[in-house]
Amino acid sequence: MSEQNADKCVRVEVSDGVATLIWDMPGRAQNVFNRASITDFDAALDAVLADEAVTGIIVTSAKKDFIAGADLESVKQMALGPKDPAALNESVGALTNVLRKLEVGGKPVVAAINGTAMGGGLELALACHHRIATDESRVKLGLPEVSLGLLPGAGGTQRLPRMIGVKPSLPWLMEGKRFGTQESLAMGVVDAVVPAEGLLDAARAWLATGPAAERAWDKNRGRGFVVPGGGIEEKQTSQMLMVGTAMLMDKTHGNFPAPLAIMSCVAEGLRVSLDEGLQIEKRYFISLLLDPRSGAMVNTLFLSMQKVGKLAGRPAGVDKLVPTKIGVIGAGLMGAGIAYSTAKSGIDVVLLDLDQARADTGKAYSASRLAKSVKKGRRTQAQMDAVLARITPTADYADLDGCELIVEAVFENRDIKATVTRSIEAAVSGAAIVGSNTSTLPITGLAQASSRPANFIGLHFFSPVERMPLVEIITGEQTSAETLAKSMDYVQAIGKTPIVCKDSRGFYTSRVFGTYVTEGVSLLTEGVVPALIENAGKATGMPMPPLALADAVGLKLMYSVGLATKADLGDAAPDNPSQPVLEELVAKQDRHGKSNDKGFYDYEGRSKRLWSGLSGLYPPAAAQPDVETVKRRLLYVQALEACRVYEQGLVATPAEVDVGAILGWGFAAWSGGPLSLIDQIGAAEFVARCEVLAAAHGERFAPTDGLRKMAASGARFYSI
Amino acid sequence: MPECYIYDAVRTPRGKGKTGGGLHTVAPIDLARAVLDATRERNGLPEDLVDDVIMGCVEPVKEQGGDIARIAVLVSGLGQAVPGVQINRFCASGLEATNMAASKIMAGAADLTIGGGVESMSRVPMGSSRGPWATDPQIAARTRFVPQGISADLVATLYGYSRQDCDAFAVLSQERAARSWQEGRFARSVVPVTDMNGITLLQSDEHMRPGTSVASLARLKPSFKMLGESYGFNAVALQKYPQLESITHVHHAGNSSGIVDGAAAILLGSREMGERLGLTPRARIKTFASIGSEPTIMLTGPSDAAEKALARAGMCAADIDLWEINEAFSAVVLRFMEALDLDTSNVNVNGGAIAMGHPLGATGAMILGTLLDELERQDKQTGLAALCVGAGMGTATIIERV
Repeated sequence: MSEQNADKCVRVEVSDGVATLIWDMPGRAQNVFNRASITDFDAALDAVLADEAVTGIIVTSAKKDFIAGADLESVKQMALGPKDPAALNESVGALTNVLRKLEVGGKPVVAAINGTAMGGGLELALACHHRIATDESRVKLGLPEVSLGLLPGAGGTQRLPRMIGVKPSLPWLMEGKRFGTQESLAMGVVDAVVPAEGLLDAARAWLATGPAAERAWDKNRGRGFVVPGGGIEEKQTSQMLMVGTAMLMDKTHGNFPAPLAIMSCVAEGLRVSLDEGLQIEKRYFISLLLDPRSGAMVNTLFLSMQKVGKLAGRPAGVDKLVPTKIGVIGAGLMGAGIAYSTAKSGIDVVLLDLDQARADTGKAYSASRLAKSVKKGRRTQAQMDAVLARITPTADYADLDGCELIVEAVFENRDIKATVTRSIEAAVSGAAIVGSNTSTLPITGLAQASSRPANFIGLHFFSPVERMPLVEIITGEQTSAETLAKSMDYVQAIGKTPIVCKDSRGFYTSRVFGTYVTEGVSLLTEGVVPALIENAGKATGMPMPPLALADAVGLKLMYSVGLATKADLGDAAPDNPSQPVLEELVAKQDRHGKSNDKGFYDYEGRSKRLWSGLSGLYPPAAAQPDVETVKRRLLYVQALEACRVYEQGLVATPAEVDVGAILGWGFAAWSGGPLSLIDQIGAAEFVARCEVLAAAHGERFAPTDGLRKMAASGARFYSI
Repeated sequence: MPECYIYDAVRTPRGKGKTGGGLHTVAPIDLARAVLDATRERNGLPEDLVDDVIMGCVEPVKEQGGDIARIAVLVSGLGQAVPGVQINRFCASGLEATNMAASKIMAGAADLTIGGGVESMSRVPMGSSRGPWATDPQIAARTRFVPQGISADLVATLYGYSRQDCDAFAVLSQERAARSWQEGRFARSVVPVTDMNGITLLQSDEHMRPGTSVASLARLKPSFKMLGESYGFNAVALQKYPQLESITHVHHAGNSSGIVDGAAAILLGSREMGERLGLTPRARIKTFASIGSEPTIMLTGPSDAAEKALARAGMCAADIDLWEINEAFSAVVLRFMEALDLDTSNVNVNGGAIAMGHPLGATGAMILGTLLDELERQDKQTGLAALCVGAGMGTATIIERV
């Protein structure tokens, strides 16, 4: 029995000819791959391969999880580091090489998967000659790299399809889906599933059978190896690649380089030997590291998301609020969703509306959502009952007593909201926070109805609440730091991500989101054919094209908001080129959008066609812009507005601006968000492109002063 | 520059390209050999005289692989001194092979050549040779690859050809092909295919459906709707053509070219060689051209190729008496006629591939032969044959009777 230094990431225990490599990184809750742990694992592996007394090897972990994948710092360095192909070619591939050594080292290796194995963790297991996992439902296996714009770069794209076939491997590789161990067993990703307590015994038992330490693809130098389900040149596989590429292009419009690169790793790598396949995988991995889109995605979807989710901007020195009782006023769609999301997170909810019947209807929404998840097997009936028991529907403000925070989600009308605010404050203690769920009404104005404006704040939820991960928190002039901190705690407690915006018209998300739709309408009035506008919108990577989105939001609603803004601000109201179009469609043509099946589109059942009348109202111009120009207008108009919000100090950090855009209105995720988009293009080039657009289409494309300074200095929103 | 003359044109009848088709039991090498031997016998070609045999084949793998032209020469009576080469310009291969064979004469590098092509679609199905365009994800994504049927429907959508328009043209093709067979207009070129014992296997095109009407075609469901709508290809096409809201699926088995087996050969030579062999030149190859065009729509190249050839010949469309444009899909012909301002009075007057089928590698040589026969029948002077080509190309050849 030998043991290595306690400060190593991987311990070695040898007994009865079996060496167990135990991942147990000091000072960490999880095992991850980084330079130190790969070096330690490599050394441990060398030692046991060289040890003649060792005839078999077990790889396992002493943590709850097996190995979680690459650590944050390594990913950050890889994705945001210098874009030098030669340097990357030297630095990338350390783990791949160690795993290949393990695979061809001549001694049978079994992965004893005692917990979740993600990314490189699963790739390590795939490189072993045998995989045994525990039967616990908490244990998940997956290759999530694609969701960060990367690919499994330690052999995952090569070994998995060689093991289970091309088609079954694609959901793992291209969608980053996670699977339980039983599913993994059924697919052949693991070879056995056993109770946790028997895991190491099962591993030893397998080694005791004297298994061959040779993978199928290495036998006879790979000659005669057949990919399960057929190789790349087989008719079915080649047709699948043909259709798969088209479906991917349909979905991504070529905006996401990673899934296509993964498909190519499979298509190209499976034609050659495993060693050569690993080289091809490495090439594509480096190509993704060199692609600014992958860096932007890692930065926003991983690093910024984590930062914002951990409440990096939370005011210091305020005790953390652990909410126990939350009030929700208004049991309509938003209120019911907020109540549901809150109760689901284990917090008691008082759901209040004008009368008991309305409040009950609001609770029934939770019941119907829960019943669906029970039906799908995601929850038990007991869990459903427990969530429902936390929601108290009422019409009595007195029931709000004891609530730490009350979300007001009534109709967007100042007078009604003022009345509700006064009723709440009369019923609750002076410490309670009142959060108004408004998407448009300035918070400072609403706070005038409050006797405790320091405790008044805006909590802008998105619809459908239970699915939308963002809450935009709006601070009024008098909102206290304590109120903000506790509101952020509440948002975090219900599993959502808060961004903080200072009070202003439209706040952040509504203000910027609106520019996308308005630009689409502007293009229409200029005589750009509607199909081109819509296809360009899709091509930007926005979830919906602008005119279809306008229909979904509701032309009538947008028209009313426009009228209200004009009434509020008079001549100070910003110029809104879409208002005349909305007036024409809503007031003259009775086209309200999707709500009455008539908008920019005609709706019939599940299908829709652009309304033929558009060409009469907005005759197509003889010369049409190219699609790239239209795409730029639709994206840049948003990026510029987001930039203005940031420069005006309304949202404090680029991270919140970008995370808010992607989570709030689905801004093109490949870009990493509007400010990341500008970083990708480079401020100087972006300013130059905007100046061209401003000259042709108006001041809304004029670059901001801040951008001009960045262009001159070469500065970026995110330092590398 | 030496002139290149056409001395003869032969083709097999076209058998249905599936199990049970009249030529399905015949290996592609035998189809190729049959047209080479017919050419040799009809023209009394001495052994070892032909300078080169160039044959098109679109799926040159398996039993069509390994330079089928040379192996066909070896088993024909042309003599082992005659080389053979197989080329692939997809659907225009047969015409391109003829053009290349003509080039050698016109360059003074050869005196007697054979161009042609072969395809047994029943035995080596479409797509057998794979290739990177459709199945290399990087390539397919970057070039916005879609299958030809989607391209054909894109042509129809972009230029506004309705299902009715496409079906009406298909009916015309059927009517014309049936009449031409009845009147024996293909008799000079078609040589029956026999087995090793001389028993005739097929003597006429068997893909035709005489009596087809717009009403009977209306019952057919569009062939490429599912491929387009459920498998992403419409979206891919619209990424190249964003001015379109959607693609209308108008093509089906009845207004697209038939899948058939067949082979064809064209005998080409210099004036001197013809005189030496006692052959009468039937026409002169005036000029030809191939072009590349946008690959996603893929099938609009023939008019560009025709215009290029016309320009090289110092001609205009009005100078052409008869046109043959391969009927890959109805919309291809409709677009060709619209682009060149033609009507059906002198286009594909004997029907085409919609009725008789499109044996990929052979078709170009087949329609050139049909064009020549018809010029002679009508006693007209000039003709142009053109084909659309996969991956966005077009090939055209202008001939002139002498």
